Amino acid sequence: MSHGKPVEEFDLQAYVDRRLDPAHRAEVEEYLAAHPDQAERVRAFARQNAMLQALFDPVLAQPVPERLPRVLETSPDRRLWRYFAMAASLAVALAIGWILRGEQRISPPPGLSFAEQAAVAHVIYTPEVLHPVEVGAAQEDHLVKWLTKRLGEPVQAPDLGKLGYRLIGGRLLPGREKPAAQFMYEDARGQRLTLYVSTDVTANQETAFRYARKDGVSVFYWVDGPLGYALSAETPREQLLTVAETVYRDLNR
Amino acid sequence: MDDIKELITEQIPRLRRYAHALTGNRVRADDLVQDTLERSWSRRHLWRRGSDLRAWLFAIMHNVFVNQLRKNSAAPGHVPFDEVFDPPSGSSPDEALELRDLASALERLPTEYREVLLLVGLEQMRYEDVAEILGVPLGTVMSRLSRGRDRLRALLSGQPPVLRRIK
Repeated sequence: MSHGKPVEEFDLQAYVDRRLDPAHRAEVEEYLAAHPDQAERVRAFARQNAMLQALFDPVLAQPVPERLPRVLETSPDRRLWRYFAMAASLAVALAIGWILRGEQRISPPPGLSFAEQAAVAHVIYTPEVLHPVEVGAAQEDHLVKWLTKRLGEPVQAPDLGKLGYRLIGGRLLPGREKPAAQFMYEDARGQRLTLYVSTDVTANQETAFRYARKDGVSVFYWVDGPLGYALSAETPREQLLTVAETVYRDLNR
Repeated sequence: MDDIKELITEQIPRLRRYAHALTGNRVRADDLVQDTLERSWSRRHLWRRGSDLRAWLFAIMHNVFVNQLRKNSAAPGHVPFDEVFDPPSGSSPDEALELRDLASALERLPTEYREVLLLVGLEQMRYEDVAEILGVPLGTVMSRLSRGRDRLRALLSGQPPVLRRIK
């Protein structure tokens, strides 16, 4: 090794995967000639690659089960029918709720905490393909005005573009005592997160971020003035914290 | 819009190869591919035309897989890798046994290591693409690759070969 940088672990891995240019490759070979234990290790790794291919390449030649390409035949229309059916049953449920409005309140079970309500709303609406939101981001101004009116407090949809999340839209939801709002965001991989906003909190009690986890959904929640916020996503705690901090900053600009 | 259907269809065999290696089970592999196709088909408007479709599909498969693991973590359905094992025709009995050992060692490798090892070693992807697909920094990919390979090597050499091969 008379020239260049010393050979490091990265170089050994890249050597195994044939990612090095010839000059660099020669350097690694020189190093390996002087370090038999590393040479042995590199040989074993190259053998792993070859064996993985020998074991699984035959799958490429197998006939593809019919059910797989059929997924790509699903026309929007057929999906639409499913949603019509769902919308119809929802309409019936709402009608019953309306009829019973004097009798009982249609609201989440009383035992659910603020964070749990947000997590439940997240789990219900994020998997929706065609109707994840009531009002789309194209009408963001209208959405924000409408939710502000219904919640009776100024709500905003924070801008999370810096983090790669774009607003899809939002919806109005029943809270325990008062209505709540949900904004939904999505990144380029289709990972979704929701911001749940409600006045159903002890107002004007500024709190620090609190964290809860329910069925794989991480939730950060806090109270800021008259509003309680809960940010939910199916991501690890640390990742969501970054988003929560951005939301908090953006709302307090 | 129809050409994206063709482009995705072309990727199905590779998605199946990776899913087989990842899950070690034929049925679960094809279920995973189906879920991946459904998700990507409903979100095809999110794919940036001209960007690497294969990396996009693999990233979706990674997300689907990780979500499923999380949901099933309470009751992990343990399915032996041997089920997927299909010795390539023309391999000698010794090679066949070696591959069987590999399949069972792979099963015992932590998921994070297995994913990186397969994307690099089997799928021959660039390290940068692997980082993109898994949503982790390049340094994490490299350390998982290095540790995963060492771990796999230890598993392969640590198995009592005589006992295993007599049964």
